Amino acid sequence: MSRTDLTGEPAPLTPELDFLGKVASATSRRTFLKWAGVTIGVAAVAGAGACSSDDNMTTPPPTGTDLGSGDVGLLNYAYALEQLEAAFYTQVVANPYTGMTSAETTMLTDIRDHEVTHRDFLKAALGGSAIGALSVNFTSINFTSRASVLGAAKTFEDLGVSAYNGAAKLFSISTNGTTYLGLAGKIVSVEARHAAAIRDVLNPLSADFAGDDVVDSNGLDVVNTPSTVLNSTHAGAYVTTKITYSNLPNGGTQ
Amino acid sequence: MNDATETLLGSLDPEVAERLVSRRGAVGDLGRKVGLAAIASAPVMLGVMARSAFAQGSSLPQSIIDVLNFALTLEYLESSFYVAGLAAPGLIPSANLTVFQQISKHETAHVAYLQQALGSSAVAKPTFDFTAGGTFADVLTNPATFMAVAQAFEDTGVRAYKGQAGNLQSNGAILTVALQIHSVEARHASEVRRIRGQKGWITGAQTDIAAAAANYAGEDNTTQAGVNVAAIVSYNAGTEAFDEPLTKDQVLALVTPFITG
Repeated sequence: MSRTDLTGEPAPLTPELDFLGKVASATSRRTFLKWAGVTIGVAAVAGAGACSSDDNMTTPPPTGTDLGSGDVGLLNYAYALEQLEAAFYTQVVANPYTGMTSAETTMLTDIRDHEVTHRDFLKAALGGSAIGALSVNFTSINFTSRASVLGAAKTFEDLGVSAYNGAAKLFSISTNGTTYLGLAGKIVSVEARHAAAIRDVLNPLSADFAGDDVVDSNGLDVVNTPSTVLNSTHAGAYVTTKITYSNLPNGGTQ
Repeated sequence: MNDATETLLGSLDPEVAERLVSRRGAVGDLGRKVGLAAIASAPVMLGVMARSAFAQGSSLPQSIIDVLNFALTLEYLESSFYVAGLAAPGLIPSANLTVFQQISKHETAHVAYLQQALGSSAVAKPTFDFTAGGTFADVLTNPATFMAVAQAFEDTGVRAYKGQAGNLQSNGAILTVALQIHSVEARHASEVRRIRGQKGWITGAQTDIAAAAANYAGEDNTTQAGVNVAAIVSYNAGTEAFDEPLTKDQVLALVTPFITG
């Protein structure tokens, strides 16, 4: 599937929601992937065993994407992370884990809608400078398992918080840079709200919502550089598109 | 260790001065000896740096000192509030104690951190009236009121830090720390809201706390960088997905009723 399928203006979501309701019986994988907004790894899609009957299962060559430089590069960095989160929650809501309560469904649907909003907002804001759709692979997540899904959600949200916290100082001191910093600030606190909610669902009324594993003795949340966020033990474990971040401010390493 | 360092440097001074005049090779000796002194004192320095990534005190520009003192004032308010709440017999239900102890721990740490960063420039702790002149008269006796005020403080704290990010851009280390506090406040806000039966995020400018309606004004913004974000998924998602900032003046107007002197 080509990127040009996915890089138009943000699609109205209503058809997507309608479609996702039918995903379990979807017969056109390509149509599903198009609406999902990303090229989800084949093995992660229900019915992957049908690969042999699909004429178009050839694995595309591993093409990479360069986030670019300056403020645009940082917005693309955010866009990449929001693509990952949106793809994850889209699949979570489309394929509820065993025993998902109505409260959990509501929460996860809300979060999906927030992440899709973040993703499509950033895409629109970036316009022609936006990177293409990333390929993701969620085969390490068991979507039927509550613990697996919520554990991954916790990882994604905490990672997102640390990424925005780390990117903030990299925006340029300029009218645009300050505006983008402000936008990142508007998003990161929502990611932190998500993180706390997921953590609370995993371990209700404990200290985990802002646990000592993410908040240090000075009361400060985690900060990560782009190079850490995107490496193979973090986002890189799920994003199969090779992402070049070295043109970001500070080379993406500070 | 400080004593040892001072002794070493003190004994070096005359010798170094003499050698610098007498022969060029002294630079090498000096470098080695100062190097030793630096190594000896390194743990002390590391301790200071770990305590505060920007322990620059009065050397900071006034504009940044002003922002940090604004933040410190808000942290004084929050930390004092939770200390008072946790000390009030039977106020916080036992099921919620762990959460509020964790929040209190963070707010106390934020105060200490900001005080350290500001050094002698730190403002003194004001005196507070957590009833806000009677608006929340039973705040320290009624759990529901206490938690409502807690939610308002946390949601407003998020907006306050967010509003100052642009004013801290000239100092990346301080900007980062401010945002590290900002996201912790957002975690607190989410948790308190959930305990109160609310969603962890803010829909439109809605709040069930009538007396705190002004604290949520503007959260219903649907235009971000010229993009109508309510048209992407829904109005609710568009407003929930973006928390909105408040200016310093807006925040001070909201918290002034809690500050008596």
